[in-house]
Amino acid sequence: MANDSNSGRAGTARIQIAMIGCNHRTAPVELRERVAFTPQQALSAADELCHKGILEEAVVLSTCNRSELYGVPGEAGPAASAAMEEFFTSFHRVSPLEMNGRLYRWAGSDAVRHLFRVAAGLDSMMLGEAEILGQVRTAYSQALDHGATGPVLNRVFQGALEVGKRVRAETEVGARPMSVSLAGVKLAERVFGNLKGHSALILGAGAVAEQVVEHLQNRGIGSLRVVNRSFDHAAELARRMGGEAIEWESLEKVLGMPDILVTSVGSAGPVLTRELLERAIEARSGRPVFVVDLGVPRNVDAEAAGLYNLYLYNIDDLGEIVEQNKKAREAEIPRAESIINEHISKFEAWRSALEVRSIVDDLRDRFHKDRENVIREKLAEIKDVSPEERQRIAHITEELIERLLEQPSRRLRVGRGMRGRLAGIDTLRHIFGLDEEID
Amino acid sequence: MSYHLGYLSLALYVASFFCYARILFSPQEWLGRIATFLLAVGIVSHYFALLERSRWIHEVPYNDLYGSMSLFAWLLGVTYLGLEIFHRQRSVGAFVTLLLIIWIGSLALFAPQAAPGPPAARGPLFAFHVTLNTWAYAAFALSFVLSVIYLVQDRILRSGRAGTAFWHFPALDVLDRMCQSGVYVGLAALISGVIMGFIWAHRLTGNYRWGDPKVVVTLAILLVYAAYLWLSRSANWRGARAALLCAANFLIVMFSYTFVNLYLTKFHRFF
Repeated sequence: MANDSNSGRAGTARIQIAMIGCNHRTAPVELRERVAFTPQQALSAADELCHKGILEEAVVLSTCNRSELYGVPGEAGPAASAAMEEFFTSFHRVSPLEMNGRLYRWAGSDAVRHLFRVAAGLDSMMLGEAEILGQVRTAYSQALDHGATGPVLNRVFQGALEVGKRVRAETEVGARPMSVSLAGVKLAERVFGNLKGHSALILGAGAVAEQVVEHLQNRGIGSLRVVNRSFDHAAELARRMGGEAIEWESLEKVLGMPDILVTSVGSAGPVLTRELLERAIEARSGRPVFVVDLGVPRNVDAEAAGLYNLYLYNIDDLGEIVEQNKKAREAEIPRAESIINEHISKFEAWRSALEVRSIVDDLRDRFHKDRENVIREKLAEIKDVSPEERQRIAHITEELIERLLEQPSRRLRVGRGMRGRLAGIDTLRHIFGLDEEID
Repeated sequence: MSYHLGYLSLALYVASFFCYARILFSPQEWLGRIATFLLAVGIVSHYFALLERSRWIHEVPYNDLYGSMSLFAWLLGVTYLGLEIFHRQRSVGAFVTLLLIIWIGSLALFAPQAAPGPPAARGPLFAFHVTLNTWAYAAFALSFVLSVIYLVQDRILRSGRAGTAFWHFPALDVLDRMCQSGVYVGLAALISGVIMGFIWAHRLTGNYRWGDPKVVVTLAILLVYAAYLWLSRSANWRGARAALLCAANFLIVMFSYTFVNLYLTKFHRFF
C-alpha cells in the first residue's frame, strides 16, 4: 500500500509531493462516511495542515468514494506521510487502529500518477465515470481561492484536469453506458435521436423505474406517464418527476401513445402480450416503439420481439450490453495510461528544471563555458604563458566557480520553505537565462 | 489541361474522411468542424477542377466517362454537405467521404486527357438537363448510402451487439429523415431535368422522345422514388422496409446510369 519512491532522495531539496487517503477499495462505506470532508472541513483541514507546518500546500479531495489529502510537505521523507496520517485520523477522530491498512500513501511522481488516474476516472468504482473530474476541479478551485495551493499543487492539479479532459476526449474510457437503466435510455436514443420531442410510458413505480425516469428526464423527454397497479405510487413518482399518473385500467388506452415503454412490474406472466403491443403499434400508425422490459419475470411477451418497428430489450439483453461496454472501457485503459504517462513526463521535466541540484549543475555548466571562452580569448593575446601556468589558471578559475556556487547552493537547500526555494530557483533561472527550456 | 485541382480535391476528401472517421469513435465538435471545412474546401477545389475541364472542352463535363463521373461525385458531395448542415448531423460523413475517395480515386487511375472540343452546340438548356439529372442520381446515391446505414443500424439494434461506432452513429430517425431529404432533392432535380430534356428534345426533333428507353427508365425512377416517399409514411412500410425499398430503387438508377446509357439508348448516348 505504501510507496515512497522518492524518499531516497530526501534532503536533496527535491520538490516533494505526498498524498494519503482511502477509497471504496480500501475502506467500507461506514468508515468512508466517517472520514469524509464537507467543503468547509476540506478548507479548514488544508489551513490546519499548512499552519501546523505539516504541508506547505494542501488540497483535500473528498467524494462519496474517497477522502484524500494532497500536499507539498515542508520536510520530505516518510515523516511527512506519517504526520499527514496522524492529522487525518485526529481530524476525523478515528483511531489509527481503525485506519490500519485502510490508508494508502504515495509520494513523488507516484502521488501525481494517482491523482491523474483519479481525474481520468481509472480509479473510480465505475471505470471512466465523468463526475470525478468535476469533483477534482471543485476541490482544486476551492483550495486555490482559499490560498491553500502554491506553484507545485497548481501545476499538479491543472495537469490532472487536462489529463481528465484528454482521456475522455481521446479514449472510450468514459463512453458507453455502464448501467442497465442508462443503457436502455441510450439505446432508445439510437432509435429516436434527441428525446426532447418524444414521450415515455413507465409501467411500475419501483426503484428501477425511477432510475430510468431520471435518465429520461436528464435527456429532456417530452412527456412522461406513469402507470402502476397502486395509483398512489404512480402519482407519487409522477409528482416527483413531473409526469402524469395513469390508472392501471387505462393502460391499453394509452399504450399507443408513447415512443418509449419501460416496464418493471412484479407479475407471474407477461403484462404486455404480443396482441396488445400489435394494437398499440397500429394505433400509432406503425411509428417505432422502443420497449425496455426490466421486470423479472419478464413483463413483455417474448413473441412481441418479432413485431415490425418494435425494439424490445429485456434485462438480460441490457446486462449483456453493459458487460460488452465494460470490456470495451477496460480495453481503453492502456490508451488512457499512455496519456497519463505523457503528462507525468511533462511534470517531471518541469520538476527537474526547478530542483536545486539541477539549477546548480546548470549554473556550473554555464560558468564553465564562459570560463573556457574567456581563458581562450585572453590567453591568445598573451604569448609567454607556459602550459603549467595555463593549468594553474584553469585550476584557480575552477575553484572560483565552486566558491561562487557554494553559497547560493547552500541557501537554496536550507530554510525558506519549498515556496521560497522555488522562488529563488525561478529567479536564478530567469537572471541567468536558464529558463528557456522550461515549459 | 492539368489534374492538379483534381488531386487536391482528392487529398482534401481524404483528410476530411480521417476527421469524420475519428469523430465516429471520439466525438469532438472542433474536429467535426474541421471535417466539414475540409469537405467544403474539397468541394470548392473540385468545382474549379470541373470548371477547368469544362473550359477546355467547352461544355459541362459529361461528354466522357471521367467528366461525367467526376461531376456526379461533386454533386454527391454538395448534396451531402447541404444535408449535413440542414440536419446538423456529421456521423455519416465518414461513409460519404469514403465513397467520394473511392469514386474519384478510381477515376484518377484511368483519367483520360480530354480533347479540346468545339464551342458548345447543344446550348444551356441541354447542359441544365444533364446536370440536373446527374444531380438527381447523386442525391439518390446518397439516399442509398443512408438507407444501407439504416439497415445495418437496425440489424445491430435488433441483435444487441453494439460496437464502438454504434453509439456514435446517427439515430434511425435521423437517418430516415436524411434519406427522405436526399430523395426530395433527387426528385426535384430529376423532375426539373426531365422537363428541360423534353423541351430541348422537342425543340431539336419536334417530338418528346417518349419511347426512348432512357426516358422510360427515368420515369420509372421517378415513380419508384415517389412510391418510396409515400410508403415511408405508411404504417406497414415506415422504417426498415422503406429503407430497403430506397436501397433497391437505387439499383434501377445504376441500371439507368450504366446499362441503359451504354447499350439501350441511342438518343441519350454521349460517350
